[in-house]
Amino acid sequence: MESFKMALRSIAGNKMRSFLTMLGIIIGVASVIMLVSIVHGYMNSMIASFSDMGVDQINVYVTNTASRSLDTDEFYDYIGEHSDLYAYMTPTADMPGNLKNGSESMSYTSIGGYSEDYLNIKGYKLQAGRNLSYSDMVNANKVTVMGYYTAWYMFGSADAAVGQKVKINGNVFEIVGVVEKQDQTYFEAGGMDDFAWIPYSTAAKISKSGRVSNFIVSVRDSQRSEEATADLENYLDSIFMSSDLYSVYANSSMLKEMNSMISRLSLMLGGIAGISLLVAGVGVMNIMLVSVTERTREIGIRKALGAKRMAIMTQFVIEAAVTSTIGGIIGIIVGSAFTSVIGTAIGIKCTPTISAVLISFSVSVGIGLIFGYMPASRAAKLNPIDALRSE
Amino acid sequence: MEAVKFDACTEPLISLRGIYKIYKMGDEEVHANDGIDLDIYKGEFVAIVGKSGSGKSTLMNIIGALDVPTSGNYFLGGKNTSSMSDNELAEVRNHMLGFIFQQYNLLPKLSILENVELPLLYQGVKTAERKEKAMQELEKVGLADKAKNKLHQLSGGQQQRVSIARALAGSPSIILADEPTGALDSKTSKEVLSYIKQLNSEGKTIVMITHDPTLAKQARRVVQIMDGKITFDGSSEEYGKL
Repeated sequence: MESFKMALRSIAGNKMRSFLTMLGIIIGVASVIMLVSIVHGYMNSMIASFSDMGVDQINVYVTNTASRSLDTDEFYDYIGEHSDLYAYMTPTADMPGNLKNGSESMSYTSIGGYSEDYLNIKGYKLQAGRNLSYSDMVNANKVTVMGYYTAWYMFGSADAAVGQKVKINGNVFEIVGVVEKQDQTYFEAGGMDDFAWIPYSTAAKISKSGRVSNFIVSVRDSQRSEEATADLENYLDSIFMSSDLYSVYANSSMLKEMNSMISRLSLMLGGIAGISLLVAGVGVMNIMLVSVTERTREIGIRKALGAKRMAIMTQFVIEAAVTSTIGGIIGIIVGSAFTSVIGTAIGIKCTPTISAVLISFSVSVGIGLIFGYMPASRAAKLNPIDALRSE
Repeated sequence: MEAVKFDACTEPLISLRGIYKIYKMGDEEVHANDGIDLDIYKGEFVAIVGKSGSGKSTLMNIIGALDVPTSGNYFLGGKNTSSMSDNELAEVRNHMLGFIFQQYNLLPKLSILENVELPLLYQGVKTAERKEKAMQELEKVGLADKAKNKLHQLSGGQQQRVSIARALAGSPSIILADEPTGALDSKTSKEVLSYIKQLNSEGKTIVMITHDPTLAKQARRVVQIMDGKITFDGSSEEYGKL
């Protein structure tokens, strides 16, 4: 307690020196926290926007339908039998075409044939009307579920659109439902809310291929996408007897690639952060060395008056510890403040990561302690007369 | 060489036997202390006098346990310091010795009172008791009103009085004064010297180092050093007749 008070007094008594020591630590800690937290926040926002694209989805493409084909009903049965792994499945049929309301044409609207489960796979909710139904599939009904923008553009509102008729590639379709607005930022032609879904069976009939070749399967747990991908490949192999005729691609594998990219980025980041910590550490080291050297005479006087080696060491180590800790705490505050300010400025939610705070704090304080301890230990071992004579 | 003894005690407080201190300067060996035997008894006031480079400061450092001799034995209070560890020597300095340096050697960042407290701090005396004791010593040198002041607010003579208070704070039996008036004018020198004499009359053993024969005569016993050897050891009256 006594030596603690003494340390505080000495820190207050040497404001410039204490400030310089702290400055090194403040810059070190703050820069590491800022660097790591901002990049971390950026990566998180990237992952989040990627997750919106559906990491639980697996796409199945049948590339050659001439020799063998995947029967939709059989595939449905297979998915149903493995409901522990799979949640939903929909055949998909892209339909290049146009959507018309009278003479008005919607050229950017994406039109596609899907099952009634597509709404669930996308995780969307209805704004008005009903979803596509199983009987729509069986009967190949000419009905459509629209995006919010499409409905709004043609009829002014979701409610007004339900029950209206539109033309798709010359065929008259009834609008049975409208999906909730999805993209709050961009509300425009060709955007997320500009689409028309029709039953896949209807789409196959209109496009005259009469066959569905692509499927989207969603898994219950995106962690098990890899397992599901392998399982689907096995199943398809048993049907096609060749892996050249189909391809299975999980959205999550893209996420996996991104994750590995992020971990490489993190490693690089760690290197940069390490260098800035090292630079800060060298600064602290210099100040500590100079401070002990210029205080050798003080050490000599204290030893002459009967201070034991331990007492000298305690004094200097506590001083170094208090200085480094205060510097470290200021560094955490400054770093956190700047992190959120910069985060707000670039529009990313950035919060200081605990690991960055802990590592930068302990490394800087550790350096402060070691380089407070080493020269003090050397000085404490001097003959008191040699220490007294130093100027 | 017959030492003049002022004390009836049979055991000398300070006893030096065959003390050599040899410095290596390149290929040359410098014998700063060249075989010194010296006994100082309790209550004595001894001046060690010699020219610059005579080895008197080296001797003072050895007596003060600030430095260790190259060879020889130094008994302090009957204990051989040659076999002591660094920490044991620190304890000896702390409890038995009080230093008054030419350049005061006070700590400028601390207050006057805190400077005086230092020996007590290292003795492990509790805060309240320590402050009280340090205050008493400051009163004795007439600086109680300056206790809270910083060093730079004091004159040289006042600073030397602070260092006398500090030397006394740990209640040592021996006071070592190294050119205590070297940095002071003649008026304040007299003042400081009178404090030292008063300490001696109160029973403290005083060892004073000086290059000044006039000052040395103020002591009761004079030891003259030349080229690392004792060339005279007698009463100050005898020294005056030289």
